Amino acid sequence: MAEFKKADSMLEWFDQRLGVVNFAKVMMTEYWIPKNINFLWAMGVLLTVLFTFLLVSGIFLLMYYKPDAAMAFDSVNYTIMQEVAYGWLFRHIHAVGASVVFLVIYIHMFTGIYYGSYKKGREMIWISGMLLFVLFSAEGFSGYMLPWGQMSYWAAYVITEIFGGIPVIGDELVVWIRGNFYVADSTLTRFFMLHVLLIPLAILGAIVFHFYSLRFPHVNNEDGEFFDFDEEAEKYLAGNKKESKVVPFWPVFLSKDFFVLGFFMLFFFYLVFFHYSFAMDPINFDKADGLKTPAHIYPEWYFLWSYEVLRGWFFEIAGISGKDLGLMAFGFANIIFVLLPWLDRSPMVKPANQRPYFKYWFWLMMADLMVLTEFGKLPPTGPNAWVGFWASLVFLVLFIALPFITKAEAKKVEGK
Amino acid sequence: MMDESRRGFIGKAFGAVAAVGGIASLIAMKKTWDPLPSVMSAGFTTVDVSGLEANKLEVVVWRGKPVFILKYTADMKPTDGRSVKIGENYFSVMIGLCTHLGCIPGYEGDKKLFKCACHGGEYSADGKQTFGPPPRPLDIPPFKLDGVTLVLGEEGPEYKKMTAKA
Ligand code: HEM
Ligand code: FES
Repeated sequence: MAEFKKADSMLEWFDQRLGVVNFAKVMMTEYWIPKNINFLWAMGVLLTVLFTFLLVSGIFLLMYYKPDAAMAFDSVNYTIMQEVAYGWLFRHIHAVGASVVFLVIYIHMFTGIYYGSYKKGREMIWISGMLLFVLFSAEGFSGYMLPWGQMSYWAAYVITEIFGGIPVIGDELVVWIRGNFYVADSTLTRFFMLHVLLIPLAILGAIVFHFYSLRFPHVNNEDGEFFDFDEEAEKYLAGNKKESKVVPFWPVFLSKDFFVLGFFMLFFFYLVFFHYSFAMDPINFDKADGLKTPAHIYPEWYFLWSYEVLRGWFFEIAGISGKDLGLMAFGFANIIFVLLPWLDRSPMVKPANQRPYFKYWFWLMMADLMVLTEFGKLPPTGPNAWVGFWASLVFLVLFIALPFITKAEAKKVEGK
Repeated sequence: MMDESRRGFIGKAFGAVAAVGGIASLIAMKKTWDPLPSVMSAGFTTVDVSGLEANKLEVVVWRGKPVFILKYTADMKPTDGRSVKIGENYFSVMIGLCTHLGCIPGYEGDKKLFKCACHGGEYSADGKQTFGPPPRPLDIPPFKLDGVTLVLGEEGPEYKKMTAKA
């Protein structure tokens, strides 16, 4: 056993046993972040805080929620909302948090795309981020089922039905996932398990992995500049703080993040207290009824763009049915962002607006995603159906064209 | 070396045990998610169709799914392979779930068509898709005729004849 001398302070006592001094250095005071960044780099910390809010509010909801098809609806809408002191507050925090977390995830993702933070050594950061996106999507979907209202039920129905599109095993797979021929009590209890335990555990693991993947390639900066972090860190530690291009994670970087977080929390609690209804669909205040489809089904706003890619294909092309085309386009839309580091063939790490061709691609993609989101909520009839078709076609074409656009861009930049 | 080969053996032996254990657990986990036997066996619904009104949709529940039973009026033509003759009348007997993504279409008696509100799919009274994303006609559930009684969940000769044609 190692020699232990009597500690002179509590810090020393813990340091002897847990190496806390070194740990704090490695994780915080000597973890270097570039100076040249803006408020968009605060989104990661915002997401961490939001996840904590979801976790804590979820735990309180869990004290009264009943995962049973006969009791779930009343346990949420009667017990939690009306009887439990501040039950409404935890539900509002949870529902608004689940919605806003996607807003921040999208900002975080598109910041990454805009500044090219997914390539040249940052591929694992991007992949682990997309893994988090998938896990949060699964978490949002499974949670949405729990209040067992009409939207809960039919969203669960339509989404599980999608797996029926898989060749050969599709039909059986759907029954297997649901545990019944239709969305039933068995479906509710297993998705409850996923929502409150398995997926949150996986999310925690993925968050740790995401942070770890940042460690070696380091955080990107506003100009996409590459520099020697060790050299800049030395300058900082030698007192040349002004010249150095880096600052420590704690206290310098986080203090700015907390400032952004302060503003964000004001906005968040404004929504929680005064403007929560956007996160709670009125149709979901009717109890689930497997024999009555609501007139118009749509997912929460953050799934609308991919939902519209699914719906956009409403007629047969070359002998392939609209349904199959929609499923293929939907499958494509859900994996294609992961492949971004390899679809972008230009080695340039620069903000989109400084890249001669990529800038058009980026802003077109933004516009297309907004159109898809907007029309995803409208009934798919008449001209709406055609807007949906064209917008989802543009989405596919943009991604298929990306390797060519960026290749041409690389040539143009080299030629200069 | 002696030591090396012993370690190699231990490694292989452990690998074999882990593989068997892993596969066995996967099977157990898969089966835990399977529908329970009680779910699988609660599968039959009987309906007496003699009292039904023509051109008014009757919806019964079979295995948690809505089943449409539509009695034809005199001017509605039966379709080969889709309409069922029960007694003197023709009927459509179909699973009332849109073949696109499973919403329940509504019946519009004046236009004699089914309309799915989810993505705008439409079907004729015999369940053939006529507009929108549905890829195929409404499915016909396995049934058996017992006089004027319809038994859902069992394959009778009439059902077999219909599916053989389709
Ligand atoms: C460990 C963490 C979590 C726990 C224990 C938890 C627990 C719960 C419970 C018990 C409910 C049902 C009560 C209700 O409907 O308000 C619920 C609903 C919900 N959860 Fe979570 N949750 C967690 C994390 C998350 C996360 C990270 C998300 C977001 C992506 C999320 C999204 C949702 C949604 C959308 C609902 C439906 C809310 C509503 O309709 O009011 N949950 N959650
Ligand atoms: S579910 Fe009926 S048209 Fe899509």
